[in-house]
Amino acid sequence: MDNRFASRKGIIVVGAVIGVLAALLQYLGNPANMGICVACMERDIAGAIGLHRVDVVQYIRPEIIGFVLGSFIAALLAGEHKPRGGSAPMIRFFLGVFAMIGALVFLGCPWRAILRLAGGDGNAIAGILGLAAGIFVGVQFLKRGYNLGRAYPQKSYSGWLFPAVMLSLFLLLVFQVSFSPGGPIFFSEKGPGSQHAPIWISLAAGLLVGILAQRSRFCTMGAIRDVILIRDFHLISGVAALLAFAFAGNLILGQFKPGFEGQPIAHTDYVWNFLGMALSGLAFVLAGGCPGRQLFLSGEGDMDAGIFALGMIVGAGISHNFAMASSAKGTGAFGPAAVVIGFLFCLIVGFTQRDKIKF
Amino acid sequence: MTKQIDARGLSCPQPVILVTRAVEEGNTDLEILVDNEVAKENVLRLTTRCGLKAETRRAGPDIVIRTAKV
Repeated sequence: MDNRFASRKGIIVVGAVIGVLAALLQYLGNPANMGICVACMERDIAGAIGLHRVDVVQYIRPEIIGFVLGSFIAALLAGEHKPRGGSAPMIRFFLGVFAMIGALVFLGCPWRAILRLAGGDGNAIAGILGLAAGIFVGVQFLKRGYNLGRAYPQKSYSGWLFPAVMLSLFLLLVFQVSFSPGGPIFFSEKGPGSQHAPIWISLAAGLLVGILAQRSRFCTMGAIRDVILIRDFHLISGVAALLAFAFAGNLILGQFKPGFEGQPIAHTDYVWNFLGMALSGLAFVLAGGCPGRQLFLSGEGDMDAGIFALGMIVGAGISHNFAMASSAKGTGAFGPAAVVIGFLFCLIVGFTQRDKIKF
Repeated sequence: MTKQIDARGLSCPQPVILVTRAVEEGNTDLEILVDNEVAKENVLRLTTRCGLKAETRRAGPDIVIRTAKV
């Protein structure tokens, strides 16, 4: 069966749909320029289950759950659900941790970087340039034989574990479970964590994105990587459509506010906006996908991608607990140091993980 | 001579990198083994851009892509 979504037209339609959905989710209650942000939303989930205690960013985001379950359903229906794993899981876990630390220095993942730009936040430019720079460095490793080794087929149903975890999170959200007085589960009463579209709309949007992205292989990091590595403009045409349609949606909904100062959930330190996103970009290349793509892959049964996603969630806890995350006032006390350590880790991984593949 | 490339279990974009390298070395007759649809689509997009014709067939859980000069 031909996969229509894998065509150029298909990826553009998918990018456009995601852009419109993101603008709508903001209109319906999600934080500004955060209709979809994989890093921020995983950070909110980490807060909800008590991995950090920053009380303004705690909520079980149904979009993330929808991403995984949508991809899971689409993969099952297409006969593409294949449990697989075993490609350097612990390295992938820490790539996830540092990808999140970098993202929270910038305050957003590649998805939100695009949405911030679409909302008029000029600070996103430094982030996107940083993202491209990090990806450029990662591509140099790819060209020199970097790889994390093969994944191998795993037993039936092991690929259901990550979707099951997501389903459990959704039940915790729907029933607002409290395990002790005052939580967990924690739900923000003020700040970005308290701002959200209605649960079922968020879930439906997440499911739709999950299904479309699984079919089209949408990936924000892969978009830039493929242009640098093989001059392939397939994926980036989808990302461009996302930007264009989110921008148009923001204009129509009155959400476009151009400028640098006072942008929502953003700071103006362009050096660390650049470097934070560069660290994330490098980690995404080394792990083979942007944070969204890692969720879609984990829905398909890729347990290595699931480990990366778990690394990001734990990384969010670390980032906030150890004062590494930025805020609207600027970088956290230990954010810059953490980014430097993250770069060291990624460079060591890039230089050392390059055993020859037999073919 | 047909060059064999086993790209099973390799995460994106490794299969594409291996095929690119083989094409740059001047190979046109390739037999590429992948184990998922994404790798197949990516490799086919690349071989089309390189002006090679390709045919695919399933081999158990895997997919075999054979390329040749047009």
